[in-house]
Amino acid sequence: MVNYPISQIGSGRHTLSVLVENRPGVLARVAGLFARRAFNINSLSVSPTERDDISRITVTADVEAVPLEQVIKQLNKLLHVLKIVELDPDNTVERELVLIKVAANERNRSDVLEIVKLFRVRVVDVHPESLTIEATGAGGKLDALLGLLDNYGIIELVRSGAVAVTRGPRALSEKVIGSTVTGR
Amino acid sequence: MALPTPLQAFSGVPNTPDDSANHSAKTSVSSSSSIGETMTGAQALVRSLVDLGVEDVFGIPGGYILPAYDAINDDTGFRFILSRHEQAAGHAAEGYAVTTGRVGVCLVTSGPGATNMVTPIADAMMDSVPLVVITGQVNVSSIGTDAFQEADIVGITYPVAKHSFLVTNAEDVPRVLTEAFYIAKSGRPGPVVVDLTKTAQTGEMRYSWPQRMILPGYSPTTKAHGHVLTDAAKLFTTSYRPVLYVGGGAVRSNASREVKQLSELTGAPIVTTLQSRGIVPNADHAVLGMLGMHGTVAATAAVQRCDLLVAIGARFDDRVTGNVAEFAPAARVIHIDIDPAEIGKNRHVDVPIVGDVSQVLDDLIPEIERLQSVHGRPELDSWWKTIDNWRESYPLRYDEPTDGSLAPQWVVEQLSAKASPDTIWVSGVGQHQMWASQIIDFKKTQTWVSSGGLGTMGYGLPAAIGAEIGSQRDFASKKPVWLIDGDGSFQMTSEELAVAFFEHTPLKIAILNNSVYGMVRQWQTLFYDKHYSKTNLEDGLAGEHDESVADIPDFVTLAKAYGCLGIRAFTKEQALEAIDLANATNDRTVIIDFRVWKDAMVWPMVPAGHSNDDVMYKPGVMPLHHTPEQHDTALESNADAADSTTTEKKG
Ligand SMILES: Cc1ncc(C[n+]2csc(CCOP(=O)(O)OP(=O)(O)O)c2C)c(N)n1
Repeated sequence: MVNYPISQIGSGRHTLSVLVENRPGVLARVAGLFARRAFNINSLSVSPTERDDISRITVTADVEAVPLEQVIKQLNKLLHVLKIVELDPDNTVERELVLIKVAANERNRSDVLEIVKLFRVRVVDVHPESLTIEATGAGGKLDALLGLLDNYGIIELVRSGAVAVTRGPRALSEKVIGSTVTGR
Repeated sequence: MALPTPLQAFSGVPNTPDDSANHSAKTSVSSSSSIGETMTGAQALVRSLVDLGVEDVFGIPGGYILPAYDAINDDTGFRFILSRHEQAAGHAAEGYAVTTGRVGVCLVTSGPGATNMVTPIADAMMDSVPLVVITGQVNVSSIGTDAFQEADIVGITYPVAKHSFLVTNAEDVPRVLTEAFYIAKSGRPGPVVVDLTKTAQTGEMRYSWPQRMILPGYSPTTKAHGHVLTDAAKLFTTSYRPVLYVGGGAVRSNASREVKQLSELTGAPIVTTLQSRGIVPNADHAVLGMLGMHGTVAATAAVQRCDLLVAIGARFDDRVTGNVAEFAPAARVIHIDIDPAEIGKNRHVDVPIVGDVSQVLDDLIPEIERLQSVHGRPELDSWWKTIDNWRESYPLRYDEPTDGSLAPQWVVEQLSAKASPDTIWVSGVGQHQMWASQIIDFKKTQTWVSSGGLGTMGYGLPAAIGAEIGSQRDFASKKPVWLIDGDGSFQMTSEELAVAFFEHTPLKIAILNNSVYGMVRQWQTLFYDKHYSKTNLEDGLAGEHDESVADIPDFVTLAKAYGCLGIRAFTKEQALEAIDLANATNDRTVIIDFRVWKDAMVWPMVPAGHSNDDVMYKPGVMPLHHTPEQHDTALESNADAADSTTTEKKG
């Protein structure tokens, strides 16, 4: 059986890192599996990795440990899935990017800018009636920022979904057995 | 050994087939294309099948698989069985796979040919049957354009196949087929789809064999690791009411000998699922029969009261467990399965063992022997006394018909009694399937073919044809095939009688013709106030044939239309005569239209969603209840089927 840390019971948010072969159709299969189990995912991001042949999917979800374990086992059955780990929050760097368009005019712009400074985030677009803010950070920080900005009126919002790596010098892809996904 | 061919398998449509996106692939192209014989992808397909040892292929041709069919000639190294419906080709391949242990192979066209395969693919997935289904696909340049007869079969089959490949390049054909067969057969067996674009079929390539597979994400575990074997063996030494709960996985793993050995060593009784009937002969005292919704009282009760449940290649299906929260409440569980995702899926497991069943049992048995030599074997006498008491008090029984027709259960008893011990039994889906499973005296493993997980009506006839092809191939036709079918199920694929005729597969077919969708009607009787909504088929009346009333269809005439021998049996004498004639006829298919009682019921029964403790032996009798009157009176009052006369069957 594949080794993965058993999810801590009661801890709601889980982050899975899934290494998959970098080829068309993979995401559909992975996403389809979540859909079939009526498993509500919080965020999902997919992108290339340090290896051409491998993509990395980061999934965050609020679930009980038991259904999560079942989903991990089912994901493992997909042939394109090379490796799955559930990341331990204590040993993980997790980041997300958001772009937030806030309603801000002459009267309250400086208040918003104060918040921007406080959170050490950036303004990437200014308009007489709006400010667009780019922020990266762990989910909690972004939630707090959004909570404050909400008072001014959020016009538009987009979040990237979390990405995460474990701390230390190792790469998850080192664990892909055989390492022969290249050459096709 | 040839180097891997370039990245094309599973992949979508390359935007520019010759672009340099795959630098690394280039090298292997040049090295592999310098060796081997030049041919088209279609020719490579046929060659690969032969090189894979395939001897029988089922299917129907069509536009986008024509190049492949064009590559099949009289001297091609496999037999081609031409079906009349793709669904039937799939079920035939399943029947073939189940009885021979080989991979069943289908070759069909794109679009409607491919979508017709979805049911057998899903069926094979549920019952872990190894299949390779090759479907035609439109040209690469037309994919995604709603081209004529285009269907995204890879997309359609994601959730119901073990894996699906799209092949866009001829180079990849032999490697992908190698991978497909390996995936279908290894680990937990299952259906694999290979969608072959016309481009891949017509393209030129250089053929070499064998091929190296590239499956970095696939490595099934076959051998148990670590302390689990000892943990499991220990549980045996401290359990006084053990039960072996044996499923289809044990049949796929060919573990008949090991299961019997384990039972003898530990003294544990064997209960089976629908799929594993016959894995150990019924005559063995340890075999209690099938458990669950229509299982025997002894089997269901033993599991409810056991203190150690050993699940062997079984998956705790809801037809087995009833309300899973109340299933085997006092049992510690050892679960042996090759699929890690099955372990702990429905029921908490104390000792999880991932591995191939026969391999695991081979390793577990010496471990138990070792512990037994130290601790001795637990005394199971009182457990067996309880079990034998259930067996004697609640043998299979049925009510006699009140309308002068045949009792379907009696028919199955006679079929079983008169059949050769090597008979392969096949069924459709419905009451007749349950009676066949309950009543047939199974003597050998891999002689029972029935759609379990998906419960697919129409499975029977094509699966029987596949089993007969397998019998011809592997057993020199020495295993006769009896199909026990329902009039409803039979009509879903009866066109395959043409195949039975042309392919010279002489089947013996017993239609238990109750003129209704019996199983649905039984539920209507019990749970829908006898509102028999749309379950009347009007294809036969009990009693002597009345020329003025047309039976649609008239199965005897239908048999004749397909060159088969058709017989109708109203009475016991006619029935016995017909069975003898069928057993003596080996040059063509025989269909017997047994007119049976439409009010016959399958007992025992655990109503869907109930606890197995609610197993009802017959209306009003619940052996595991101490105070039956408190339970489910609605069910009892509705289930007042005639019980004036009753036939009891011992054993
Ligand atoms: C393809 C399909 N459609 C519908 C059903 C639902 N169903 C289950 S049993 C049954 C009736 C079966 O009738 P028949 O084959 O005559 O067998 P009997 O129960 O009368 O023995 C039906 C309609 C099914 N299992 N499969």
